[in-house]
Amino acid sequence: MTVTAEGALPERVYDVTVVGAGVVGCAVARELARRPGLRLAVVEAQDDVGQGTSKANTAILHTGFDATPDSLEARLVREGSRRLAAYAAESGIPVERVGALLVAWDEDQLAALPRLAEKSERNDCPDIRLLGADELYAREPHLGPGALGALHVPGESIICPWTTTLAYATQAVRAGVDLHLNTRVHGVSRSADGHRLTTSRGTLHTRHLVNAAGLHADTLDRALGHDDFTVTPRRGQLIVHDKLARSLVRHILLPVPTALGKGVLIAPTVHGNVLLGPTAEDLHDKRATGSTAEGIALLREKGGRILPALLDEEVTAVYAGLRAATEHEDYRITAHPEQAYVTVGGIRSTGLTASMAIAAHVAALLADTGLDLGPTREPDPVSMPNLGEAFPRPCRRLELIAADPEYGTLVCHCERVSRGEIRDALASTIPPRTLDGLRRRTRARAGRCQGFYCGAAVRQLFEEART
Amino acid sequence: MTAGRAVRRVDVLVVGAGPAGLAAAARLAAAGAGRVEVLDREAQPGGVPRHCAHGGFGTWVHPLTGPGYARLLTRGATRAGAVVRSGVTVLDWVGTRTLATVSPQGPETIDAGAVVLATGSRERPRAARLVPGTRPAGVYTTGELQQAVHLFGHSIGTRAVVVGAQDVSYAAADTVRAAGADVVALVTEHPRAGTARARAQWARLRHGVPLLTDTTVAELLGHGRLSGVRVRHRDGRTATLPCDTVVFTGDFVPDNELARRAGIKLATGPHTSRPGVFASGGVLHPGQRARAATRDGAQAAGAVLEWLADGE
Ligand SMILES: Cc1cc2nc3c(=O)[nH]c(=O)nc-3n(C[C@H](O)[C@H](O)[C@H](O)COP(=O)(O)OP(=O)(O)OC[C@H]3O[C@@H](n4cnc5c(N)ncnc54)[C@H](O)[C@@H]3O)c2cc1C
Ligand SMILES: Cc1cc2nc3c(=O)[nH]c(=O)nc-3n(C[C@H](O)[C@H](O)[C@H](O)COP(=O)(O)OP(=O)(O)OC[C@H]3O[C@@H](n4cnc5c(N)ncnc54)[C@H](O)[C@@H]3O)c2cc1C
Repeated sequence: MTVTAEGALPERVYDVTVVGAGVVGCAVARELARRPGLRLAVVEAQDDVGQGTSKANTAILHTGFDATPDSLEARLVREGSRRLAAYAAESGIPVERVGALLVAWDEDQLAALPRLAEKSERNDCPDIRLLGADELYAREPHLGPGALGALHVPGESIICPWTTTLAYATQAVRAGVDLHLNTRVHGVSRSADGHRLTTSRGTLHTRHLVNAAGLHADTLDRALGHDDFTVTPRRGQLIVHDKLARSLVRHILLPVPTALGKGVLIAPTVHGNVLLGPTAEDLHDKRATGSTAEGIALLREKGGRILPALLDEEVTAVYAGLRAATEHEDYRITAHPEQAYVTVGGIRSTGLTASMAIAAHVAALLADTGLDLGPTREPDPVSMPNLGEAFPRPCRRLELIAADPEYGTLVCHCERVSRGEIRDALASTIPPRTLDGLRRRTRARAGRCQGFYCGAAVRQLFEEART
Repeated sequence: MTAGRAVRRVDVLVVGAGPAGLAAAARLAAAGAGRVEVLDREAQPGGVPRHCAHGGFGTWVHPLTGPGYARLLTRGATRAGAVVRSGVTVLDWVGTRTLATVSPQGPETIDAGAVVLATGSRERPRAARLVPGTRPAGVYTTGELQQAVHLFGHSIGTRAVVVGAQDVSYAAADTVRAAGADVVALVTEHPRAGTARARAQWARLRHGVPLLTDTTVAELLGHGRLSGVRVRHRDGRTATLPCDTVVFTGDFVPDNELARRAGIKLATGPHTSRPGVFASGGVLHPGQRARAATRDGAQAAGAVLEWLADGE
């Protein structure tokens, strides 16, 4: 198992190198790892997997009911959703099928619901139902006044985005994929074997190349001579509310898309919090992941109308993610056989859901570029630590604590994270290199106190493990 | 999950071994309330004073630091006959006065004749104050800062902005200096410091710490590590204070999760909406001084004794 974060890169020539260890790049690596004949690498500019857009989204496993029918995105979201739900069940990634309600707040929105229902039929998403106001309020008693009706989409689910990316990457690395962190690709040139990547850690040779660089996929694509798309980051700010708010909402409450834009949603999370967001702001700075006073005020204004009681609850976190929006309406996934190169661009707002289907699609495209995939062997399944509140956490498991008292020694009290879980994460296949990485793996420090009680103790455990 | 496990019975279960819980337990045990058990989820009992490594906790004749005060109260409870157990977290309710707990010894269900919630209060962290900007490292509350410096000897950066100008803010500034870092400024939205005049003057004159009044933190800056905070004066002017650490102080919120999970309403006194369940200390009066919490705990014990005598 090889995970590197410093020093020179290996001199071997890889068969395929994936640039970018977001949820998409890791899914591609996992898919290719099913082919034991291939020598594979993932190179990632940051010090952890899933540190780009994949760590900061709305964490919904979409059905694709409202996708543009017949687009590539519609197909991959639909297929990816089914694949990921099955994979999550076998890998211990928390998923809750809470269902979504598209709530209509005025006559125009109400009138739009039947058309959406039709669209969802065309997207192969059945079981959709129109609800009147009475049934809607029976399902969501805390909803603000004035809702006229809703469309119920029972298949919409919530998922843990961090565990998903980490599960893909862990399985890939255990199956022999080399993961090189802190490795930013600066340039690409042709070599006898295929591609020579110039990186912040020296050169790397690969026969085939997959560009899964997210917000920077356009830059890398240009370096290979293409001018297919330009990424314009679209920021989405989100507010995470205290776990005590979880009982206020049962479904994902979606806005009805209208000509005026998409509006904000309220969704429970598998970790037991309540999300409010996202905003949609077109920007130019690909690092602009900060929140703003205007964004927060806008969200609270809209959220207060949907679920008034939410505003009385404490806020646990505020974050922002950047969608890799382009001038095109669909994903930009393109094979360039003459270059032994596949671009995976424009994976805007559904990439978590579609990741496994994107990966299968990319593997097929790689075969078209002349790659001999070789025989298939399913990698060993992974069993990820459970971060979901709907499933038993270690501190509730008698047999686990009896076998190892460290699981009964709580360190992070708000999220009930034990010293055993922190120890396990620090010794895992892809260990965290920062406290934020530890938080994404265990939830330590992710709760309402944000470290008031446990921050120093968690840091102590982290630093002890690293020395 | 809880199937087949025995329920243990105690007379009084006190949740939280801070000043309030320890004082309540000491008085209850001394008054012969039977088995009085105090649980605390931290490794050591004592509550917040455990990490207040400065003076001001004792009396004129008997001065004490926070940790000294924590030890004194713990000893007081134990000597009176209460059982103080640390490393035990109360997770949730399974009955009217029955609670589920977990510790390295495993999960346990405890049924009590009376329950005292003495779970304290915490400072509102950055996100809950809706301070915009990036999410860099170097963002603290006083509670985390004091533990990092005084319990673990961590380094905390070199230049810190302290948000707030109350007693706890000046304590945070002292801790920053104890860790070898400089205090860039104290920032408060109020027109003046909320502490004794002498303390504010001492900080300004002796340590050269500027106090920015009528000023709020508008944004945190920096990727990876904090690089500065943007502040805004009431008159609209803004400025950026370069720093690698910021401490959000005060703005206390009750740690009332257990009460809320059961829909138990707290008041200003020890009685709650649920008979036989009492509350005391910081959870009722967030941010009160430790000695006030101690008095509060002793007072709650009186209410508990009444309930034990003629309740049930
Ligand atoms: C606000 C918001 C809400 C969303 N909600 C949902 C949702 O509910 N459900 C859903 O399915 N999807 C959602 N999405 C979309 C989803 O998050 C993205 O589609 C997905 O994360 C994209 O993954 P990625 O791997 O393509 O990109 P990223 O996660 O950005 O990964 C790209 C990686 O490439 C690396 N990289 C870039 N350039 C280089 C280089 N030169 N060298 C080396 N490495 C490089 C980056 O560091 C990064 O780690 C949402 C997105 C946002 C912003
Ligand atoms: C950073 C800071 C500095 C301060 N400095 C001073 C000062 O200098 N002088 C002064 O007089 N006052 C000071 N105070 C105020 C004072 O310390 C507190 O108001 C006082 O400690 C309150 O006592 P308490 O017993 O109510 O709560 P706490 O001292 O907070 O104790 C509550 C205890 O309950 C435990 N607990 C909570 N939930 C559970 C659960 N579910 N299961 C098990 N255990 C649980 C906690 O671990 C904690 O130990 C300060 C407060 C803070 C936050």
